[in-house]
Amino acid sequence: MFTPINSTLRALLPEPKLLKAAAFSLAALSLFAGCQPEVVEIENNASVARTRLLTGEQYANTIAQAFGEDISESILPPMPLMARTDGLLASGAAFAGVTSDQISQIQLSAASVASQVVDEEHRDFLLPCKPESETSVDPVCAGQFLAEAGELLYRRPLTESRLAELVDIADYAAQQTENFYDGLALALEAILLSPEVVFVVDQYEPDPYNPGSQRLDSYSLASRLSFFLWNAPPDPALLAAAKNGDLHSEEGLEKAVNRLLGSPRLEAGMRAFFDDMLAFDDFNSLAKDPLVYPMVTGATLADAREQTLRTIIDHLLTQDADYRDLFVTKKTFMSMPLAPVYGIPASDGWVPYEFPAESPRMGLLTHVSFLAANSHSVRSSPTLRGKALRELMLCQNVPEPPPDVDFLGLEEDENAKTARERLNVHNKNPSCAGCHLITDPMGLSLENFDGAGRFRETENGAILDIAGELDGVFYDDISGLATAMRNHPKLSSCLVNRLYAYGTGGPVSLRDDRDILKEFENRFVEAQYKLPALLKDLATSTAFSAIRTQEPENKEAELASTDNPTTPEQIDTIVQNTLASTESEQ
Amino acid sequence: MSKMSRRRFLKGTLNGGAITVGLPLLNVFLNENGSALASGAPIPLRFGTWSWGLGMSKEIFVPKKTGPNFDLPPEIASLAPVQKHINLYTNYNVFKDDAPNLCHHSGWVVLRSGIAPMTRANRPGETIDVSVARKIGNATRFRSLSATATGDVRDSFSYEGGNSVNSPEWSPLRFYERLFGEDFQDPNAQTFKPDPRVMVRKSALSAVQEDAKKLQKNLGMEDRARLDQYFTGLRDLERRFDLQLTKPDPREACIVGGAPSDLPSGLDADLVQKRHRMMTDLMLMALACDQTRVFNMFYASAFSATTKPGYDKPHHTATHEEAVDPAQKCQPNTSWYTRRAMEEWGYYVQALANFKEGDGSLLDNSFIYATTDQSFAKIHGIDGIPMFSAGTAGGRVKTGIHLDGNDSPACRLGLTAQRLMGLDLESWGTKSNNTSSEISEILV
Repeated sequence: MFTPINSTLRALLPEPKLLKAAAFSLAALSLFAGCQPEVVEIENNASVARTRLLTGEQYANTIAQAFGEDISESILPPMPLMARTDGLLASGAAFAGVTSDQISQIQLSAASVASQVVDEEHRDFLLPCKPESETSVDPVCAGQFLAEAGELLYRRPLTESRLAELVDIADYAAQQTENFYDGLALALEAILLSPEVVFVVDQYEPDPYNPGSQRLDSYSLASRLSFFLWNAPPDPALLAAAKNGDLHSEEGLEKAVNRLLGSPRLEAGMRAFFDDMLAFDDFNSLAKDPLVYPMVTGATLADAREQTLRTIIDHLLTQDADYRDLFVTKKTFMSMPLAPVYGIPASDGWVPYEFPAESPRMGLLTHVSFLAANSHSVRSSPTLRGKALRELMLCQNVPEPPPDVDFLGLEEDENAKTARERLNVHNKNPSCAGCHLITDPMGLSLENFDGAGRFRETENGAILDIAGELDGVFYDDISGLATAMRNHPKLSSCLVNRLYAYGTGGPVSLRDDRDILKEFENRFVEAQYKLPALLKDLATSTAFSAIRTQEPENKEAELASTDNPTTPEQIDTIVQNTLASTESEQ
Repeated sequence: MSKMSRRRFLKGTLNGGAITVGLPLLNVFLNENGSALASGAPIPLRFGTWSWGLGMSKEIFVPKKTGPNFDLPPEIASLAPVQKHINLYTNYNVFKDDAPNLCHHSGWVVLRSGIAPMTRANRPGETIDVSVARKIGNATRFRSLSATATGDVRDSFSYEGGNSVNSPEWSPLRFYERLFGEDFQDPNAQTFKPDPRVMVRKSALSAVQEDAKKLQKNLGMEDRARLDQYFTGLRDLERRFDLQLTKPDPREACIVGGAPSDLPSGLDADLVQKRHRMMTDLMLMALACDQTRVFNMFYASAFSATTKPGYDKPHHTATHEEAVDPAQKCQPNTSWYTRRAMEEWGYYVQALANFKEGDGSLLDNSFIYATTDQSFAKIHGIDGIPMFSAGTAGGRVKTGIHLDGNDSPACRLGLTAQRLMGLDLESWGTKSNNTSSEISEILV
């Protein structure tokens, strides 16, 4: 007779591996003291209930948290790639579907994970019990394991009927295979194939404190919090807080959020966010032409990505420094493959490094990651760099190139030595200038760095002119661009928008989220642009857990959220101003 | 036995016996002559796609002559060895109607889905390979397979819906392991013992589906559709489990070699060629072993960034920035890229033709639909976008012909292909791309 698992049995389960490293840090908690946001009455102070497909990394983290990193790393996460949506792959997860082909891959991964969980190497410490006989059924032991594993994978406790069904599957499978462990593995496979595991479905309920309003139920809130801050499903402590109803009390929520923020796992969570925001998935297929850039190998590019992530994490989490200063800081980290590209002596492993005062390098825009990823494989591209600067860091949209462009003027000019000369043709042609004046002035300011990110003073023998302008701020050198970027009014609002979208699982809406985003931004400014304070503000806010239930009009209308500086009127103004200044210079 | 009453997922007992599931023998699985493999099993019909980037240099690509024995201008001269196996379609048109001309997007989307997209993020409908796979892809381990020579998992022209893309295989080693790894059932193995775990898996799926249906409560329309799609996928998985319980027919051409070595990332034309050939060879063995009957091969993306040693512009940049050389009637470097693409198209066709199966070749029993994203990429032209086909679809199609479409919808070729694969389609495409007119000149 099957007996549902009780809390005593639950306590017998070993703690998942990762949790052991996630020690609660009181010291870190103190960083966030005093950041409690004031209650502000805002219309539409709620977010959208989403159905999100797990990303590959979230799937891997789910398996790692439940069964250990060795099993997680033995499989390729079977999830499809998300379409970048309003700047984030994570927002694409709110719309991605799973094809039949992909489901067969999810099944293969499930089978591989399940067979490893019960193999001789793992069963003794991943299973809470031993069967009476390895060759027959043991519903009690199967129930203990499936209840525990199921809760971690479904991110909420199993209902009694669900658990009974899974135990039945395990029993039946054990009979057929004449092996208890094979039977258990097949029941675990069924869990891993469940849409409730593969999709994170926001479930909500009436809010008893706000009649007429809806809120996430506590398990969905737990998932939202932990995917936001750790890029991983809730751990047993967070599930316990959800079970006790703690997450629906102000005090309980703050305590839970503080624990998440104080955990070393916050670093992995924020790495995932910034990797997404900076479109570092480009590195997965990035390569440079070895004839043109012989010193740039796959290891160089992998380290370039890592360098920027290390810099961001150190600056924002370890140092708790001003977000804007990421764009002017001289501090970074260096590795042996990167050193030749930066033209400095190599050192073993990763070491902290500070660019000398006279170095042109300062801030993220001068990192090899930004410079190389936004270039062609054989040469630099001011246009790609300017576009990335605007779209990734300022949340602005650069319009598509028009379809019926006359490219005759663009044909190679044998005398053109620099990108500025080659691109000059765009600026004389109004149909091209509309977009290129949005991207090229700041991209050209980075021409002192070639397509691999190496410093150069000349191109084809010609001295590079790197003077430029960013939205009304004129400058003569790279530090001028870096400072203009640091002080750009959209820099902080972009981070707030992206984090809010990332945390609530889908793109922000210009119509519904404008006020709340402005409020978050104001508080971010008050908190001196500190990321941990912003994370706490978002995670403990009403908007984060309250649900507005109306159906979005449609995806494309919902996406009208980016702060786009490029209305036709604005393009016209930019073009006219620039054409006028070009003429006056001549 | 209260437990048994809950056990609604149990559809029968296995008791270690062999399970066989009869599969319908559709006419579409037979070739024209009803010929068969040595084992007596009918030779299946296959549908493939192939894609290259950035169109053509019309002056040196489009033959002067139409019909059979057409001339091969310089840009397609490398196709001489396979000319008898292919058809070339020029002067067909894709129409954007009220949609914008989205550079490097509208062209391929119309050719693959029949619908002009409204935005770059928009991929309307489903692609032709998915429609065909619904018809002929249910009797194999994989409904369809996609592979790319670019090494970039984001490069795919195959989707069930705008947000549901079939990700391509991008690494030869990974592709090999997926095809011929642990779960591969060698059709020529002497013994066949059904795995009792497969029957359990199949039964357990019913439980997963029933329990999860309540999830759909409270969901918006789009999210419900995504879960419906998931359930459809689970039902498809059930069919695959049935197949694993059935002894596969022997396939004499199925001889699996060792695992390939992997390749570095990068888009140097030589590297892309190498990757393309490795992926093609694996794909053909997958066909010979009847692991799939629908297959997509992706040579280059719409914004092809293939590079040429010693030249500082990748393919896409060259199309816009390179001047037309009046003497050569083309942009010489851009044309170099297109010629490399055509060499690979030729390799692909020849590889299918060389692969013996029954009395003929894999190509004899296939129909391949090859498309690109622009006609003249320099100006983002989509009028007169070129297309190829290869193979006779089991003797149903005449080959070696150059056809002038006279500005008629390019979707006619997609319609023809789908009808050849047994789809009962009145017409295909929307608005001006809609057509009910096959390209009858190629039909036997």
